[in-house]
Amino acid sequence: MDVKCRKIGRCLVVTLSGEMDHHSASAARRQIDGAFHAEGAQHIIFDCHPLAFMDSAGLGLVMGRYRTAASLGGKVALACVSRQLDRIFTMAGIYRIVQKAPSVEAAVQLLEGGHA
Amino acid sequence: MHATQNLSDFIEATFSSRSENEALARVIVSAFAARLDPTLEELDDVRTAVSEAVTNAIVHGYRGGLGQVHMRCELQQRTLTIAVEDEGVGIADVEQAMQPLYTSRPEEERSGMGFTMMQAFMDKLSVESKPGCGTKVVMCKSFRVPQDDATNPEPDSSGQTGGHEEP
Repeated sequence: MDVKCRKIGRCLVVTLSGEMDHHSASAARRQIDGAFHAEGAQHIIFDCHPLAFMDSAGLGLVMGRYRTAASLGGKVALACVSRQLDRIFTMAGIYRIVQKAPSVEAAVQLLEGGHA
Repeated sequence: MHATQNLSDFIEATFSSRSENEALARVIVSAFAARLDPTLEELDDVRTAVSEAVTNAIVHGYRGGLGQVHMRCELQQRTLTIAVEDEGVGIADVEQAMQPLYTSRPEEERSGMGFTMMQAFMDKLSVESKPGCGTKVVMCKSFRVPQDDATNPEPDSSGQTGGHEEP
């Protein structure tokens, strides 16, 4: 699995590609947390477009990043969620704490609100 | 050569409890299930369920230590049965372990949704476990019969399609 991070406004955009499981989640977690603090970001957006597979380890990762962002008053959004991912996120009730957006740009809008 | 006597279609794999093998287990079950001409959704379902079961064996059964994970996939008509077994620490209270959001290792940021996902994505799930002896997870899923060609349906002989004048 491959993780790429970039910053748009106050959002850290994390692009996940490949397969997210327990094996790949720990390295992804370190990389995302490192970038989040290094970039001084407030919110986290997961761009799930190139993510081919995810199991409950991905849920743990998203829930953990929600806690990290929330502790700094930030929020988390999920962009470009496939059908398989949507079923998993819905089952876990994750949309009660994170928002879903059709694109990264829409997610940035959602999290930054009017004051970009 | 031995004659094959009533052998069902199956594959068995035994692998070490290294986390890299979670992906390997998914590849094995995907390749085995391919002969059913599954939908993408069906394939995602079994891949996810296997990933959860094998991860449980590695993370909980062996607590990250080394051991063996056994996986058996068996096909009867269009029903796929998958058994994942370890000889690890076992689960004292299976019912509690199967509750959504339950995790025995909260420090590892696990979601506690593993059994819930296996239940949701497969038709049947059973868990046998004994502390100190290991855990066996057996799950089944029936695959849909592929439609011939949805864009060119067979002429309907029941007379409901209209166009046929005969009684």
